[in-house]
Amino acid sequence: MPLNVIACIKQTPATGAIQLDQKGEIVTSAMTYGISPLDEYALEEALRIKERVPGSWTAALTMGPAKAQEILRESIARGCDAVYHLSDDAFEGSDTYATSYILSQGIRKIIAEKGKVDLVICAKQASDGETGQVGPAIAAWLDWPNVSFVKKIEETTDKIIRVVRMMEDGQDVVEMALPALISVVKEIAEPRLPSLKGKMAAKKAVIPTWKAADISADAAKIGPGGSPTVILKKELPPKRSGGMKIDGATAQEKARKLVEKMKELKLL
Amino acid sequence: MLQTLDLEFTEEQKEIVNLSRQLAEKKIKPIRMKCDEEEHFPWEIVEELRKADLFGVYLPAEYGGLGGGNTELCLVTEEVAKVCGGIALCVAGTGLGTIPILLMGSEEQKKRWLPDLAGGKKLGAFAITEAEAGSDATALKTTAKKDGDHYILNGSKSFISNGEVAEIYIVFANANPAKGPRGITAFVVDKGTPGFTFGKKEQKMGIRANPTYELFFDNCRVPAANVLGGEGYGLFVAQATFDFSRPGVGAQAIGIAEGALDEAIHYIRVRKQFGQPIISFQAIQHMIADCATRIEAARSLLYNVNKGMDVVLKEAVSRSLASGKTVYQELRGLKPERLTKYSAMVKLFCSDVAMQVTTDCVQMCGGIGYMRDFPVEKYMRDAKVTQIYEGTSQMQRNEIAMMIIKEYATAAKAQAVAV
Repeated sequence: MPLNVIACIKQTPATGAIQLDQKGEIVTSAMTYGISPLDEYALEEALRIKERVPGSWTAALTMGPAKAQEILRESIARGCDAVYHLSDDAFEGSDTYATSYILSQGIRKIIAEKGKVDLVICAKQASDGETGQVGPAIAAWLDWPNVSFVKKIEETTDKIIRVVRMMEDGQDVVEMALPALISVVKEIAEPRLPSLKGKMAAKKAVIPTWKAADISADAAKIGPGGSPTVILKKELPPKRSGGMKIDGATAQEKARKLVEKMKELKLL
Repeated sequence: MLQTLDLEFTEEQKEIVNLSRQLAEKKIKPIRMKCDEEEHFPWEIVEELRKADLFGVYLPAEYGGLGGGNTELCLVTEEVAKVCGGIALCVAGTGLGTIPILLMGSEEQKKRWLPDLAGGKKLGAFAITEAEAGSDATALKTTAKKDGDHYILNGSKSFISNGEVAEIYIVFANANPAKGPRGITAFVVDKGTPGFTFGKKEQKMGIRANPTYELFFDNCRVPAANVLGGEGYGLFVAQATFDFSRPGVGAQAIGIAEGALDEAIHYIRVRKQFGQPIISFQAIQHMIADCATRIEAARSLLYNVNKGMDVVLKEAVSRSLASGKTVYQELRGLKPERLTKYSAMVKLFCSDVAMQVTTDCVQMCGGIGYMRDFPVEKYMRDAKVTQIYEGTSQMQRNEIAMMIIKEYATAAKAQAVAV
């Protein structure tokens, strides 16, 4: 039975590309952006369902500024059938509560257009906020069942999905009725690269952008006004002090020096 | 990565570069040392390249390609070779086995073989070299005896890249030994044809990720419909192919040089001797400057020649689609003089640059540069073959000089007639 699947993705600064100025503020001009690394796994699994279950349909959904269209184009290049962009100045400053509400309203509109959505896939968390709240909260707004930390989809039918959830002490196998939401971990599938033909198609694609009114979003539930979270203070983690660098021409030489040093410090 | 001059590539060509680079960095870099060490051919990378649509970038859209030309093929080869010159050969070697079909194939032949090659579903190979016929290809001993609507091939081929992994082989055999070189004929032979088997796998200095095999033909029956360009036209097929394929070796060579210099610079920026990073020594700086300058010059030559070639190639392809004549016939109509000189210059210059640069990179890195733990020595081993295959550097010089002598002789004759 074909499934309609949505991957929720977010544009974040590319990790490793973040530079801080002398005051410790992020240098935004030096930043490059991409799909939040863990979201790539959500997108990949959504695309694999399309390949496993003939006739299925896969879309990517994001909320963000105009620039966020870049990751939607990347999603088309990787093989998504459709992409949706939720963008409105009124969305700015939304916390996880408001963001999940906005995304759930977007999903409701997609359901209205497509007839049904069977599965929404999120990553366990984004690379910037790292809250891990948005996925389960979307399910709560939609009143759908959800499972987090999914490392494998064992089976899907038109009625149910059975998944393997990673736990600290082992793993659970959980079955839920569809429609449902899962949040996935890295183990689920290695993300693909786009294809050249996909990239060409992505360049030409016209991406639908929905504002607050398009998704019938309640003004009281979006933006700073709809966000109960208050950030009191931001600070950088303390810089690591001391330490020493072990140099050497080869890995073997460095290892030997490290062992010597550890012996000297009576750590070995 | 070393910055090189923006050569004004199109948006599509830039996408090809980005995608090839991404694929090489993410998928090839982690396995290249293992492939080299174990002489392992990475089918998983073939699959990645296939899914990314990178095999057919230079072929017309009518046959499943992306409609590019030599530039596109060279961009893919260069980017992959920056990470691994050996793995790049699965693309470049397939190009060498595909170009003869594109240039010399009839419409039926092109439709039969090109889509699978463009889609990366099948790899190609080119088999001209024999034990006694290297630089002197006319000395080849493999025979093709006509038997009804088939030819019966007997003989062997040596040092065939993409050997055993390719499905489609361009094989040169003499159909009329009495005519000498004018009996040489090009055949397309499918892997699995009865009587076509593989001999020993060669153990090589470099490009070890690509299998090099001996091929055997023992009463191998090949349909006459698989002859490219007609009986006795084999040397034309080979020459025309080399005119377009040699820049591919140049691209592989430049990629190897760029990759080696990049690895070397990363190391010499942090390697300290006499209390400072060795990149601060002028002796090292001058070597870097020479390496980068040579790379820049080689790249400019490569892509300039490609640009000129692609103009005539694309025009010939579109005329051939309309007229039903072969691309080669249309090419000769458009540009009677061959592109041999420029194509040979590209291969000669780029491969010499690759050898100079990779040797200097090993030198700049010192002891570690010589060790297998560090990739620079692999680049040097991979570079060497680019001065040898598809015509040694010495043969390229012969061809370049021969073309210049011909140019002057023709001009002198014309002048004599005018007087």
